[in-house]
Amino acid sequence: MPDGPGLELLRGEIDADAPGAVLATSYERERAALIVDAERIIDVLTWLRDTPGQGYRFLSSLHVADYLPAEPRFGVHYELLNRERVERLRVKAMLPAESPQIDSCVELFPTADFQEREAFDFFGIVFHGHPELTRILLPEDYVGYPQRRDFPVGGEPVTFTYSEARYGE
Amino acid sequence: MEVERRSFQGRQAAARDMLRGDLEGADLEKYVEERVVTTTFEKMLNLARANSIFPLTFGLACCAIEAPISIVTARYDLARFGAEALRASPRQADLIILSGRVSIKMAPVVRRLYDQMLEPKWAISMGACSSSGGMFANYAVVQGADKFMPIDLHIPGCPPRPEAVMYGFNKLQRKIIGNPDQGWRQRYDAVGTEEWARGGPASQPSPEAAEAYELARELTLA
Repeated sequence: MPDGPGLELLRGEIDADAPGAVLATSYERERAALIVDAERIIDVLTWLRDTPGQGYRFLSSLHVADYLPAEPRFGVHYELLNRERVERLRVKAMLPAESPQIDSCVELFPTADFQEREAFDFFGIVFHGHPELTRILLPEDYVGYPQRRDFPVGGEPVTFTYSEARYGE
Repeated sequence: MEVERRSFQGRQAAARDMLRGDLEGADLEKYVEERVVTTTFEKMLNLARANSIFPLTFGLACCAIEAPISIVTARYDLARFGAEALRASPRQADLIILSGRVSIKMAPVVRRLYDQMLEPKWAISMGACSSSGGMFANYAVVQGADKFMPIDLHIPGCPPRPEAVMYGFNKLQRKIIGNPDQGWRQRYDAVGTEEWARGGPASQPSPEAAEAYELARELTLA
């Protein structure tokens, strides 16, 4: 895993080949992350995968986080792994709350197929170029994207006579 | 009729004599009276049904480890109650045990399985999740399986022990026979003290319960 200076070196190398693609870096709790311009995510992922000496050829996870009060609101996280050096690198692309869209990386990493569908299923992120972007876990006729933070949790309120009387509403 | 208590050997000897044709007259009458039970056809049918239930081989979640899997093993042995034949097809099954949370995607499937079962059929809702949603009070899980299918028996627990499932199974048998156990509310004269969830469908408390609730509330808040 690149350490802090290593992360800055990596950013410098990417900047030399794709200027402006990396917006920022973050190094927290020994996890290195590149914050990337969402429109150039494919360029960065391709560079990290194919450039000699980098070799982040394995996408171990693709997931989305909802930073609700913040704008841009959605973060698409790509967890890359270099299996020769056992180095992990997180690439993060931030997307706006209004119609979040990003290019699909299924061409680069076939394993992203189901994970992008899951991200679409639960967060409503649209991945352009995905072969079949449909709901994967929820029913096909489900309305809404339930893992968004402003989605109601659901369920039913359960109150019991004793505890309600004892502890109030 | 007074039934004479006899040892096992005594009964065996009587049966042997009867088969040999040695019993005659009053002895034969007594022998037959002791061994024949008169009842209605429906009761006999229900007795047969209750003691030859075929459960469906079906599991939903972690409760499935306790219910259809553990209780048929040698340690618990549901075969003692005539239910060892788990059927792989709902068309051959009498009983479906909902063992676990029912997600909204699974609910139509469960309902279809239940509809495919032949009458008479019974359903047990096992554990907190399938009875009320349990800890899964969220968008993905049906809050209680009796919202989409009739349930004969609820077994509480998270998960219930296999002993609890067998106890529930025995309760179901008595229900099938037509002689359901009285609950503790009847035994302790506590009808009307049910607790209820507010706001949900069919959650209207009984007048007694509402009164008791108001009283408890006043007493505790005072």
